[in-house]
Amino acid sequence: MQEISCLPFLLFLPWHWDHGLSAEKTVPPVRAKGSATVTMTAVNTQKMNNDSNKYQSRRDFVRKAGKVLVAVPIIGLPVVLSTRITTAGTVWQIDPYKCNTCGQCKTHCVLTPSAVKCMHNHQMCGYCDLCGGYLRQGTKTINTGAENQLCPTAAINRKFVEEPYFEYTIDEALCDGCGKCVKGCKDFGNGSLYLQIDQDLCVNCNECAIARSCPSDAISRISDKVQYIPKEKI
Amino acid sequence: MLAWHAVLFAQERFPRPEFESGYVYPEHQMPADRAPVWEYIDLAVLIGALSLAAWLALKVRSRQGLLWLSVFSLAYFGFFREGCICSVGSVQNVALALFNKGYSIPLTALLFFMIPLIFALLFGRVFCAGVCPLGAIQELVTFRTVKLPRVVESVMISVPFIYLGISVLSAATESQFLICRYDPFVGIFRLDAPYTMVIFGGLLLIAGIFINRPYCRYLCPYGVLLNIFSRFSNKHLTITPAECINCRLCEDVCPYDAILPSDVGRPVVDPEKERKRFLTYIILVPFFAAAGAIIFGTLSPVFTGLNSDVRLAREIRAEAESGIPAVSLAALGFKEAGTTEAELFEKEIQTHERFRKGSVWMGLFLGISFGLSLVSLSTRTRRTGYVPHKGKCYSCGKCFQYCPVKLNKISNDKA
Repeated sequence: MQEISCLPFLLFLPWHWDHGLSAEKTVPPVRAKGSATVTMTAVNTQKMNNDSNKYQSRRDFVRKAGKVLVAVPIIGLPVVLSTRITTAGTVWQIDPYKCNTCGQCKTHCVLTPSAVKCMHNHQMCGYCDLCGGYLRQGTKTINTGAENQLCPTAAINRKFVEEPYFEYTIDEALCDGCGKCVKGCKDFGNGSLYLQIDQDLCVNCNECAIARSCPSDAISRISDKVQYIPKEKI
Repeated sequence: MLAWHAVLFAQERFPRPEFESGYVYPEHQMPADRAPVWEYIDLAVLIGALSLAAWLALKVRSRQGLLWLSVFSLAYFGFFREGCICSVGSVQNVALALFNKGYSIPLTALLFFMIPLIFALLFGRVFCAGVCPLGAIQELVTFRTVKLPRVVESVMISVPFIYLGISVLSAATESQFLICRYDPFVGIFRLDAPYTMVIFGGLLLIAGIFINRPYCRYLCPYGVLLNIFSRFSNKHLTITPAECINCRLCEDVCPYDAILPSDVGRPVVDPEKERKRFLTYIILVPFFAAAGAIIFGTLSPVFTGLNSDVRLAREIRAEAESGIPAVSLAALGFKEAGTTEAELFEKEIQTHERFRKGSVWMGLFLGISFGLSLVSLSTRTRRTGYVPHKGKCYSCGKCFQYCPVKLNKISNDKA
């Protein structure tokens, strides 16, 4: 009686189920000890076997039903999600138009140094002598002196082209993604410097730690077909 | 100062230079792309390793083989692929995809979720045996075994359920991926982690020398699912290669306390009392479910703190009501951007509602599980031999060497 009533409930998962739905053969035990335990007489063996066979087939039924019950949601999962599966992968990337240069790209990446690097679109650059992204605010002289540079790792190279234009290029190996030059270029410049996640370095976490804390929601998953969002001329 | 930012993007402040010296603009080059093929290679290795683990645990019965497979999985899935994407975390991707129309789950993530579960349904927890890198690193430091007191063990075993509930809730509401964030071993795999994660992972490994596989037993949320699926497997690892002779030599050898003793030699319990107890627990199941739903439904405001939009809304409201200045980077970003406070508070209310619904389901799940665990404690078993607990056994094969039963091959001699 109790076997029938426990049929539906044995399917779900308990914390401390000692029995684990193991199906045992109905073989009389080999070394029965003590008098109050399961000892067999000839008549009892026959009856026990019949009962055990019924019991066993009930247990088998429960197991089969349970198997179907847990298999169905798993097999059904791709069907349910069928419109929301992509064969392409995704990568994380910064939308340079949303980024507000808070500086967390350097500190929140799980990697050290950060996988975020600064890019420079020369087509947008003004090639200024007084560059807002290269020179810190309040410099007395405009030259390549370390005391004048905004970049804490001196990752920007300044090269004279012709009067009065200077070319600025970024040494990716030195850049740590702090975004100070991006902020300076945005505040006083054309905004040609911008941050991007270097997909060669990025480990593609399931949830980007920088994206989690980005104050302007600038980092999101994009299809891995086009892995960068370059900043073009506006 | 802040107004500057709003105007900045609108125009080109400094016009493009007109070069006379024949200067050529350098090409705007981006760094290299990430190769997506690796995800599919991982999938192939996963299926291969799972098949090999099943063969080693069930057919060949080789503990050495499983140990070497663990070393390989640790090296490949752990240190080479840096532990991401893993099946444990894929639970969150599935949760996110099920409850958010805007997210498309990558096929590899879905398969990483499904395939170990299918293998568990067929062959038991062979994923845990030699494929999961988190399990492998813990398995390799299992030197001594210390058994915890039953009460402590019962309480700790319930933690993965709560962890599963909260992390599914958090992923489904687009709040956080908790499993990834608090994964203790991924920092070791990347050889790069904040010191808090190094300490947590290190402590867990040191504890694992004595309290074996602590993450697997007391934290792993995917293990809850593997536990269920493995219970219904037809083919599962057995301690004895043939018939159990009840010699009891394997009784205390499992480091994870997953061996169920035989019922031979056990005193018979009064069937009437047993039936009463069983029925009482069955009747109590819906009450536990309801209690769980009510408790967690009312606790839902606590969980909403996981969501960054809710935290931002609280901060902005605190500034408006109590004058505490909102100076976090998120608040500053919010003030610079275009969304109004009304929109933010509307989003907060919607998020609260999602959390409330999710918490009720979580409470139902936890209540039913707890009720059923009590029910199972009152069912009678008729085991005639020592068998592994199909839900708890990791198919590691440590018990093989303790069983004296050996299979003899009968060969045909040519007379």
